[in-house]
Amino acid sequence: MKRFAELYAAIDATNKTTEKVQAMVEYFKSAPPEDAVWTVALFTHRRPKRAVNSTRMQTWAAEMGGIPNWLFGECYDAVGDLGETISLVLGESSLGEPAPLHEWMEQRLPELARIPEEQQREKLTQYWRELDRAGRYALNKLIGGSFRVGVSQELVIRALSIASEVPAPTIAHRLMGDWRPTPAFFQALFDGDTQGSNISCPYPFCLAHSLESSLLQLGSIEDWHADWKWDGIRAQLVRRDGQTFVWSRGEELITERFPEVADIGTWLSDGTVLDGEVLAWQDDKPRKFLDLQKRIGRKTVGKKLLQEVPVQFVAFDILELDGVDVREEPLSMRRAKLTQVCDANIPNLRISPTVTAESWDDLAAIRETARDRNVEGLMLKRLDSPYLVGRKKGLWWKWKIDPLTVDAVLIYAARGSGKRASLYTDYTFGVWDGDKLVSFAKAYSGLSDEEIRKVDAWVRRNTLEKFGPVRTVTPELVFELAFEGIQLSTRHKSGIAVRFPRIARWRQDKPKEEADRLSDIKAMLLENGG
Amino acid sequence: MGKELLTVTERGIYCEAGDFFIDPWRPVDRAIVTHAHSDHARWGMERYLCSDESLLVMRRRLGDEAKIDSVPYGEVLTWNGVKVSLHPAGHILGSAQVRVEHNGQVAVVSGDYKTEADTTCTPFEPIKCHLFVSESTFGLPIYRWSPQEEVYADVNAWWRSNQAQGKASLLLGYALGKSQRALSGLNPEIGPIFLHGAVQGLTEDYRAQGVQLPPTKVIGEAEGKFDWSQAMILAPPSANGTPWVRRFGDHSTAFLSGWMAIRGARRRRAVDRGFVLSDHVDWPSLLSAIKATEAERVWVTHGYSATVVRYLQEQGLDAKVLETEFEGEQDDAAVEEVSE
Repeated sequence: MKRFAELYAAIDATNKTTEKVQAMVEYFKSAPPEDAVWTVALFTHRRPKRAVNSTRMQTWAAEMGGIPNWLFGECYDAVGDLGETISLVLGESSLGEPAPLHEWMEQRLPELARIPEEQQREKLTQYWRELDRAGRYALNKLIGGSFRVGVSQELVIRALSIASEVPAPTIAHRLMGDWRPTPAFFQALFDGDTQGSNISCPYPFCLAHSLESSLLQLGSIEDWHADWKWDGIRAQLVRRDGQTFVWSRGEELITERFPEVADIGTWLSDGTVLDGEVLAWQDDKPRKFLDLQKRIGRKTVGKKLLQEVPVQFVAFDILELDGVDVREEPLSMRRAKLTQVCDANIPNLRISPTVTAESWDDLAAIRETARDRNVEGLMLKRLDSPYLVGRKKGLWWKWKIDPLTVDAVLIYAARGSGKRASLYTDYTFGVWDGDKLVSFAKAYSGLSDEEIRKVDAWVRRNTLEKFGPVRTVTPELVFELAFEGIQLSTRHKSGIAVRFPRIARWRQDKPKEEADRLSDIKAMLLENGG
Repeated sequence: MGKELLTVTERGIYCEAGDFFIDPWRPVDRAIVTHAHSDHARWGMERYLCSDESLLVMRRRLGDEAKIDSVPYGEVLTWNGVKVSLHPAGHILGSAQVRVEHNGQVAVVSGDYKTEADTTCTPFEPIKCHLFVSESTFGLPIYRWSPQEEVYADVNAWWRSNQAQGKASLLLGYALGKSQRALSGLNPEIGPIFLHGAVQGLTEDYRAQGVQLPPTKVIGEAEGKFDWSQAMILAPPSANGTPWVRRFGDHSTAFLSGWMAIRGARRRRAVDRGFVLSDHVDWPSLLSAIKATEAERVWVTHGYSATVVRYLQEQGLDAKVLETEFEGEQDDAAVEEVSE
């Protein structure tokens, strides 16, 4: 547990990817397999169930710390995290060598979840005494059912790969499916023999940068291929050995979530890998991302949902054909191959059509139709570009349309969580409906740290009322909000649903009277086919 | 009971019997100033009184024109029959608690204070009184400081590890007080120590006042293509992320503050490390300091005042919140500009 708590703290202490990976590499190289395998499980989102409910944890911690419950509540309010509050309130103390991680995971925590309340209290307070502050924090996260760590699965895989000298795709593949955290599994993970084990493996995704410079700097339009930037889920469709695998960009296997896409595989020949986008589709047009969202997060999909939100796979690249890796071939040749595959009229598969234009100006005009087509803009790819690994500049560009913006007034503020636990950073904005402000969107990000501090100080000085953690503030500050998507909705009080609201800038130049009106926003949406 | 010895007016904490203010926030004739941080020592007072130990930094902060008198700790002045004396608060160089005595009643205004002794200022001295006015910047049980030697050891270890990775170490802390205390804990055998301009003058004042500090250089002394990778640089938080830091090339940043006890505050700072070092009392010391005064009444100012008051009341003390304009609130804008 000591080693694990130290790793957990080390990852938390830095925001540099290299340092996080380094900490994990050292850990995986030195930790005993029976503990390391639990760390792999915990770091790849296999969270333990809550063992003790949080009210009890809170009460017992206050008791042990010798402070009244209300005061514990104040502390919690300032910290924003129960596990951390407990570890801080109890101060620094540790008795002896704590038990190893596997003992916690295999015996202590399951036991803790099972036993009656009075025994729970006894055990847990004893454990708290046993551990130092960092250990206690890690334990609280494990028993509270909210274990999270600031590393993506990709980074865990990278660290495991460095520590084991096994290629990352092989590690990724070995971590797929249903495995049990045993020392044998950990050893198998580190096994150097990588032959024949990775038929499901996707290729690393090629990513594009946003176009910042002028189009003219890209040279002649004839050297470029353009197609739509689809607003769905980027995915690779892998068909090998009579099996189909669908991978999201987060290297998550989503085959079962999208049976329509998985079905495409049965029509493809073995040794085919397509890159494209999963989209909710209706009447020859993709639907909005908000619709697709109903399908995301559902591990299994019922008939009703399949009928309500059917999806398709829109392919824009081919990475493997007849078992041969074709990524080094120029895009023009890959497109030719892709066209052949897609011409076979396979249900639910369509090719992302080439958007043709005579000049950059023409293309810019076509891009203006993106919103009507429910796409995010255009992708520009050099016709001679290979399919590269990761985000490389110069060969692929995304050229998105400007997001819709609305000027809205800050009406409620709540404290943030985690990184922003003690500041008022979670804002609710209103727009004018007659002479009233109606709540319209919530937004968290987009301000600089300095602006956040300024707004926080302003909120404290301009509070009208407090409701628990939420403060109603004097309507005064105006912010420009940007959205990835915005559409009419009957489920929302304001009549508008928004996607990815974010603060584009603080309009310190605008008085609140000049914020947008609900009627104008609705009119704009109707115009945009919302 | 008769008139209160101290009241709060719109200008500040006022002693009517002696006709003077303590750390006033609007212009007044006579101001006793507990210490030189800007939310306590403000411009525009007709006359100032501070401790001898505080005089140099106070002068630097208030300018040559300000009329500043100073007295040694413990020396008793009598104004209109009111006895006034200053006593060490252990917060920064020259920081003082103000003891006021009239008709057998004693009130003490703590200003900002810390009970753990360090080498950069005279240690805090508990004073018995009837009324104690206490700050409460870190008045929550989550704030429990580790002994400063442990923090210094961590800072020095961080410095060494940065050196091993070829990175300069940029240590951010409030220019007055925190920087000098940090400096006192640095091991000069590890490498050269440089000071940001805002820290430099104040550090000279500390030395002039007899505080022993490791040798330092100013940034300008580094010539040409200086290799910063072995260096420790002390700078105020506002320097972080400015073009000024570019000269150091690859570097690691750390912030020194009591607020760094909280994970969220550490992460929000966007620094590589947060070291928990504060010049204020933590929760256990706040309670023990209040107890040591044997005060019957406690007025609590800036910080978690409502919380501390409720707790003290539950412990049977006559406590109340004193609304002041000191800015030691829990948002960390205050950390930079004011009390840390």
